[in-house]
Amino acid sequence: MSDLSANTHLKIALVGNPNAGKSTLFNALTGLNQKTGNYSGVTVDRYEGKCSHRVGNLQYEFSILDLPGLYSLYPKSNDEVIACQTLLDEKEKIDVLVIVADATNLKRHLMLASQLIDLKFKTVLALNMMDEAVQQNILIDVAGLSETLSVPIAAVDSRHSKGVEELKDLITKAKVSDAMFYDLNSEVVKEKGSYKNYIRESLQTTQVQTFENTDKIYRFNIINYLLAKYVKSPAQLSQKEMSSKIDAFATHKVFGYVLLLFILFLVFQFIFFISESPMNWIEQFFLQVGNYVHDAMPAGQLNDLIVNGLIAGIGGVVMFVPQIAFLFMFIGFLEDSGYMARASFIMDRLMRPFGLNGSSVIPLISATACAVPSIMATRSIKNVKERLITIFILPLISCSARLPVYTLLISVLYPNNTFLGIFNSKGLVLMAFYLIGFTISLLTALVLKKIVKTNEHSFFIMELPVYRRPQLRTIGILVYNKVKVFVGEAGKIILAISIVLWFLSSHGISKEYKELDEQVLAVQKSDLVSNKEHVIKHLESLKLENSYIGDLGHFIEPVIAPLGFDWKIGIALITSFAAREVFVGTMATIYQSGESNKEEGIKEKLLKEEDVYGHKKYNTAVCWSLLLFYAFALQCMSTIAVVKRETNGWKWVFAQLIYLSVLAYGSAFLAQQVLS
Amino acid sequence: MTTLNELKPGEKAIIRSFSNEALSSKLIDMGCLPGELITISRLAPLGCPYMIHVSGYELSLRKAEAMTVMVETLS
Repeated sequence: MSDLSANTHLKIALVGNPNAGKSTLFNALTGLNQKTGNYSGVTVDRYEGKCSHRVGNLQYEFSILDLPGLYSLYPKSNDEVIACQTLLDEKEKIDVLVIVADATNLKRHLMLASQLIDLKFKTVLALNMMDEAVQQNILIDVAGLSETLSVPIAAVDSRHSKGVEELKDLITKAKVSDAMFYDLNSEVVKEKGSYKNYIRESLQTTQVQTFENTDKIYRFNIINYLLAKYVKSPAQLSQKEMSSKIDAFATHKVFGYVLLLFILFLVFQFIFFISESPMNWIEQFFLQVGNYVHDAMPAGQLNDLIVNGLIAGIGGVVMFVPQIAFLFMFIGFLEDSGYMARASFIMDRLMRPFGLNGSSVIPLISATACAVPSIMATRSIKNVKERLITIFILPLISCSARLPVYTLLISVLYPNNTFLGIFNSKGLVLMAFYLIGFTISLLTALVLKKIVKTNEHSFFIMELPVYRRPQLRTIGILVYNKVKVFVGEAGKIILAISIVLWFLSSHGISKEYKELDEQVLAVQKSDLVSNKEHVIKHLESLKLENSYIGDLGHFIEPVIAPLGFDWKIGIALITSFAAREVFVGTMATIYQSGESNKEEGIKEKLLKEEDVYGHKKYNTAVCWSLLLFYAFALQCMSTIAVVKRETNGWKWVFAQLIYLSVLAYGSAFLAQQVLS
Repeated sequence: MTTLNELKPGEKAIIRSFSNEALSSKLIDMGCLPGELITISRLAPLGCPYMIHVSGYELSLRKAEAMTVMVETLS
């Protein structure tokens, strides 16, 4: 009858070395039944999931915590610190520890396992990648090893979901191991009473423990003995030979870079061009839904809020999904296959002088399409400092949202599209702006390398895992989780800001605004007005000028006047905080250009615009000043939202916002002073 | 006795000691133990970092890190 009183709700922690296949096992156990969060105060993701298991007539519910990978209980990186602290945190109430070890890499993985066993949790050892071990004729006496470790062992192949049910069975029967692997004569541990207490205290300091290396080497000696006794492996492993052959190509001084360039080319194609159609579909879909709701509901404030605030805002969030999905499809493929570590390996020497990581290349390239998915992609960079520097400089890379702004301004700057008679001016100026963005981002990285301090040691000691066939499930779950995190977390901030912007641009405090509002309605209903569309456009323009945003435009005019900007540009600067390309649409509204050929129309209007003295308003100085402003300013609420989520706080967001604003203002000011 | 970075690719050596304490504990975590066989499998195209074979797997080290590993070559 004791079974009836058994605890059927078990909290399980998965622990193991990085590359032990922990996440694949976690995916195999929980499927899509998982959620991603953050550990408080740090940038490490927390993965939790649920699954159930039936033994006889008992229904078990497991809640599973997938801890960050670690090499030993003497943590060296932030990920490892979090893993250790969480493991020893009594509040986590961990019932069973599942140690995940790579059966083809037992020596290092058992070292960690021996430390974990000494913490005296109820423990199960999952020997993962057993299929590969068998294929390579590595013979493991599982029963013998289990008896010596005094821990039940499940032979698992998590990539093919084999042995998972057996592992769940063992979890329900887990007990505390009788074995101990630390040096029992060690005064250091004796003093603290237990190995767990000793480790808990050693976590308090960042200093290297004097006992640390002694402890680890002592364990390695025991493990060498165990391996000799229970494991027989051939001198040459077929998988390693295979990997070595691929490496001869993938890290070759010519082919290695050609391959990387080809991969970057594919990434570029996918997120720049192939994402375009799904993004258009999404845009159209939300437009249609908006139109439908607009017609179905009675006209008025609520209608406007739902259609132009809510639906348009949600559409703006969902718009990013194709790019995020495609980028993480590539990243999943590159990480799961083992290639990412090689890209980092061959690029390290080139990126290191700038304080960047070899893995920074993929975010840097994808940022030419959009900074948002690229910032999310920096998770591949394990070193915290290098990751933060990469996030910081990514918004400087010229993204696709800047293109409509650049195109418009360049066409105003060089109306007949030639430069010095022969060159295509648009091509030249665009290229210049890509180069400016790239150069400034590298210079910024150089400076940050000097000032950013982290408590982490900057090691480049990195494991190069064997190449493996990437698993569709792993990539699929990664893409799913990333999209979910973006929509659920960054999406909230984006939606909130877009509703605020909608409110500010469609409401006004002045009497004029209310009158204009009534006039628009009157014109819409009236059949007497002949040139209806034109009149409405004129009224809409006046409405925007009299709205809160119009007031704000006037309010900031003294600040932006030194840049050559008037309050009308001020309005566009504020609305385009939603996204840079909104600049063009706002200018079109202000200058009442035709819907059909927006860019041509607005170009003509801008060319004709004159200042109070009758001089050309959009002269060379103003155009360059605006171009430079948009090259640098953090005019993108989505970037802000995603940096907040990825750095888990507002500190970096503000640092970035201030830096980029100063850079934008300074360079625009300089251009205005020099050119006018 | 020499340092790891002095090895030619493919040359076998035994790890003897470390000259940097902070690095040594990280290296031991990664399976670079005194007494362990170590070889440089290959160099990155620009000469650094190194791909190291040790304890049955491949590891990437920068030159500055390899310089802290004292090794004895096997002839």
